[in-house]
Amino acid sequence: MRIRIDIASLKQTRWHDYLTRFLLGGAITVATGLIAKHFGPVIGGLFLAFPAIFPAGATLIEKHERDKKRRAGIPHTIRGRLAAALDARGAAMGTIALAAFGLFVWKLLPLYNAAVILTAALAGWLALAILIWRVRKLHVYSSVTRPRR
Amino acid sequence: MELAERFLLGGIIVSAFAVVGDVLRPKGFAGLFGAAPSVALATLTLTLLTEGKQYAALEARSMIAGAIAFLAYALACVYLTARRHLRTGPTTVALLFVWGIFAFGLWSIFLR
Repeated sequence: MRIRIDIASLKQTRWHDYLTRFLLGGAITVATGLIAKHFGPVIGGLFLAFPAIFPAGATLIEKHERDKKRRAGIPHTIRGRLAAALDARGAAMGTIALAAFGLFVWKLLPLYNAAVILTAALAGWLALAILIWRVRKLHVYSSVTRPRR
Repeated sequence: MELAERFLLGGIIVSAFAVVGDVLRPKGFAGLFGAAPSVALATLTLTLLTEGKQYAALEARSMIAGAIAFLAYALACVYLTARRHLRTGPTTVALLFVWGIFAFGLWSIFLR
């Protein structure tokens, strides 16, 4: 399956959905800073991987999918929940790359230029996340297409 | 002032990753961006400016435990929405306690 960009999907998202994610993102970043200040960087660091905006994003995906089905004349469907589950599965794969991001920064940040390390860690996160997704896809298709004996 | 900068930077970076996730297809791939290091980038950037590299590196070490807790949380979300067909909003919010249990469990075992 090819990765593609669908700009039209932005029209489905309303301004208050963007605002919600902006506010949540800002709030968790402030909260993480305050927690680190009061309890130290070891506790504060846990919250660098807190799924703060995940519920908002997943709920939005369910809503879009449900609305699409309603417009097609199907009022009751679990399709939205399945779409949200697919999003959560993608996020689960992304967390492995997120842990690798943390490991990379932890080990190399004290030794090298900070901007270079953060940029490389971000590029590494993306590359590893794509690799995990592709490997997972191969596995799914190979098990589905394997002939039955 | 520092809190306002933190809020603004966090909001912008998190929103940017969310928009990228919105436009990417297929959905399963876009889901990867649900676990993007957006809060980490904003926080680490500001921490580096105020507290220095060693402090930021310690935060990054704890982030590994947070990411493992996120994995447990995401898998619980998959199970309850795909298999049990529970409503996404309340389920994903209620399950945040799973993240807390795993994150602080790992902290108490490995990082304390």
